[in-house]
Amino acid sequence: MNIQQLEQINAYSWRLPRLFDEKRSEVLLYGSEVLLETMDDKVLEQIRNVAMLPGLVGPAMTMPDAHWGYGFPIGGVAAFDAEQGGIISAGGVGFDISCGIRCLRTNLRVHEIEDDLENLADLLYARIPAGLGTTGDLRLTVPELDEVLRKGAKWALKQGYGLPEDLAFIEEGGCMENAEPDFVSDLAKKRQLGEMGTLGSGNHYLEVQVVEKIYDEEAARAFGISEGQILISIHCGSRGLGHQIGSDYMVILAKEARRLGITIPDRELACVPILSDAGQRYIGAMNAGINCALANRQILTHLTREVFGILFTGSSVDTLYDVSHNTCKKERHIVDGKARDLWVHRKGATRAFGPGHRQLPPEYRSVGQPVIIGGSMGTGSYILAGSDTSEARSFASASHGAGRAMSRHQAKKRWSGREVLDRLKGEGILIRSDSMRGISEEAPEAYKDVDEVAKVTEEAGLARRVAFLSPKVCIKG
Amino acid sequence: MNEFAYFDHDADIGIIGKGPTLERAFESAAEAMFAIMAEELPEQLEVEISFVFEEEDVEFALVRWLNFLLAHAQSRSIVLGRFELRREGALWHTKAWGVPWSKEIMRGVEVKGATLTMLSVKESAGLWEARCIVDV
Repeated sequence: MNIQQLEQINAYSWRLPRLFDEKRSEVLLYGSEVLLETMDDKVLEQIRNVAMLPGLVGPAMTMPDAHWGYGFPIGGVAAFDAEQGGIISAGGVGFDISCGIRCLRTNLRVHEIEDDLENLADLLYARIPAGLGTTGDLRLTVPELDEVLRKGAKWALKQGYGLPEDLAFIEEGGCMENAEPDFVSDLAKKRQLGEMGTLGSGNHYLEVQVVEKIYDEEAARAFGISEGQILISIHCGSRGLGHQIGSDYMVILAKEARRLGITIPDRELACVPILSDAGQRYIGAMNAGINCALANRQILTHLTREVFGILFTGSSVDTLYDVSHNTCKKERHIVDGKARDLWVHRKGATRAFGPGHRQLPPEYRSVGQPVIIGGSMGTGSYILAGSDTSEARSFASASHGAGRAMSRHQAKKRWSGREVLDRLKGEGILIRSDSMRGISEEAPEAYKDVDEVAKVTEEAGLARRVAFLSPKVCIKG
Repeated sequence: MNEFAYFDHDADIGIIGKGPTLERAFESAAEAMFAIMAEELPEQLEVEISFVFEEEDVEFALVRWLNFLLAHAQSRSIVLGRFELRREGALWHTKAWGVPWSKEIMRGVEVKGATLTMLSVKESAGLWEARCIVDV
């Protein structure tokens, strides 16, 4: 991206000046010069288009890890007021509805697992259904799936997957309200009947990590983590069901927008008023997709606990937090000193409630919401905490990952999967995957510098760094 | 076999299907999409699926068709390798053939859905081209 076209507000905030006759809201980009310069120009084009949508409140924003998406940029945040004609956009949520990261905290130290890393990698790979064409042990009927879509992680818990205390550490307490399975197509449900408890492929993973460095002692204590401790991160979403809801509604909303005469600068921004019938149907279906993702990560948590129970007798595996980064949720935010109910689209962005927020579990309320920035296979991840300033700066939103720096095609041409596997093994990181193509496309160098993303996220006042995690074992689909 | 190609996108992949007719261009776009998921398939594709859908807009038809193929393949745990499409006004009649996933099939990466981004279906000098970004 050519940053000459931007107006710098401070070291990590930039504004896109309006052309003299341009009718749109403000566009705000969070990032360092280095990160912005590596972003595709399409990011700017896409977020400028978002700023033209009706009912937008405040600026259309990109997070430091933003990259070119479809309609919305990935790393895009935009809030809309339903009462002022605000819209909901399927492109602003994405295909993998409620894709997110469940972070688990063990009571193990790195020296306690080092001799068993190969066994751990093999057993996780054997027990966690991952990759294309893989189904889980569960095979649901449609009425059972409808219950999943209504109850989310609470359904999984009722079936024996997980521990009751998990729920308090999942956004929405593990169950998104106002989910409407009736607004989800039969085809979407059919895709999901054999997919509950599966990881998927692409950039999804299960990673065993060690806490390498603590940045914020107080928040780390609240999150129950310390240096040398073993954590596990599970990155996945709503699988085939979410994808089909996204596919179905992308076209439905595009046609409805055309019928309603809504001018959309990019067809992929297909959107309708939140209060319209189509808008309400999409929200009901999207909420069902969120519950599907929460249940899915709950089942995978259970499977992970089983593996740790087999290999490390007496170990505990607790949910640190579960964050979703592809959603649109109704939230109360302060705008110009007044509390307003807004629908906040976060497409590849993590919610980052600051200290004191009433929706946080009491254990974390004094330090803010855990924000998990997933890195690439070889570089590591960060846990951050929502900051005091995240509400005012970004409707309490922050980065979600390293963000791609190179296309999949370029990465595949540059590295072979075997080469990447062997190199990472030499660095003490064990990868298990059926897809060599997937490994080459997910090579660490294909992603942005996660250290820079986390640092800039903190400097921009979106969330503050709590801990850096380095990978030991990674299961990829 | 029809002709397909790819184009770059930051996080996802652009697919291009070409052919002497609209239907053949769609078929090659489908070949491009499933080749992302499985690099080589056995010659004998024993599972046949068929479905019909209605869509007047040819660009929406491309996206909906690709997404229907993904959904039908996923719900049967198969991967598709051959496609036959017949258009009758707004009705699109599909047959496709594939095989169940097995250890012998070299896995690529999962395509989550075909998107409206960079979507176009056009004809030039007797050659049809159908393209869009697929989300992986």
